[in-house]
Amino acid sequence: MTTTCPECEAEITLDKPLRGEIIICPDCGVELEVVNENPLTLDLAPQEEEDWGE
Amino acid sequence: MKIGVLYSRVRAEEKLLFEALDARGIPYDKIDDREVQFDLTNPGAWRDYDVILERCINHSRALYALKILNDWGVPTVNTAYVADVCGNKLVTSSQLVKHGVPTTRIKIAFTPESAIRAIEEMGYPVVMKPAIGSWGRLLSKINDREAAEAVLEHKEILGSYHHSIFYIQEYIRKPGRDIRAFVIGDETIAAIYRHSDHWITNTARGGQATNCPVTPELNKLCVAAAKAVGGGIVGVDVLEDPERGYLVNEVNYTIEFRNSIVSTGVDIPNRIIDYVLAVGRGEIKVL
Repeated sequence: MTTTCPECEAEITLDKPLRGEIIICPDCGVELEVVNENPLTLDLAPQEEEDWGE
Repeated sequence: MKIGVLYSRVRAEEKLLFEALDARGIPYDKIDDREVQFDLTNPGAWRDYDVILERCINHSRALYALKILNDWGVPTVNTAYVADVCGNKLVTSSQLVKHGVPTTRIKIAFTPESAIRAIEEMGYPVVMKPAIGSWGRLLSKINDREAAEAVLEHKEILGSYHHSIFYIQEYIRKPGRDIRAFVIGDETIAAIYRHSDHWITNTARGGQATNCPVTPELNKLCVAAAKAVGGGIVGVDVLEDPERGYLVNEVNYTIEFRNSIVSTGVDIPNRIIDYVLAVGRGEIKVL
């Protein structure tokens, strides 16, 4: 499935997108989250917060 | 058996865990922590879960969700107790010392003045870390008094009170690497060396992973560290001191392992699933 990066509008194709999955835009490098699988919809991923980690 | 996976984002680790569950034909619920709500006096369907695997990226969400679930009697991997201990380096260190696990020298102080005294008594360089934090964020290696004063002033005005709890650690002259060991239950299933020219070796910060053989000595130390924080599935960070040998640095409770499967040859996601299933069947009691 193909869609565009909401930051730079580059075309992005994913084989098996999973809702919640995090990907990196190959063009602009921004972190994107799959917010819908079909139709494939991407949004900017949440910014890292202070308590994030392992 | 009813299994849930509580998560924040589907990172490489969560994808690998979902794939392992799918490949084994094990049904499970994906539970996004941004969508959950807990009615404390009415657990409802939450009680139907035999086990919930926690994979949150936010420590606070993980901790509180696990606390509520465990108080309702829902078994989780890991438990709220483990999250509480491992989520705080000060509490982790105190537990390690209490259980006689070899660790680095740590001093705690509550004011910049007492922190300076503690640092100077320990001797430069020292490392200061936020008690709560991960991925090597806000770590400071302090080489002299001027740096100490600057860092302490910055920490005091960072705004959040927990930055004014000063966690001071001796600097270990490790050999350009440290060890991350993966403990599941009573066994260290794999370990990696994390190599870096920088003193911070986290793979999240660019450290390179190679296999580290799990010797009986390393296994014993890491299992002891895991038990000291409450057991379960944990990542134990070990430093190699030129004179004292292995010292446990930290213990992590929502392990990241994407860089460690190929280098160790161990199927870490399936080992995690094995443990989760054993908890779900009641063969391993976590509560």
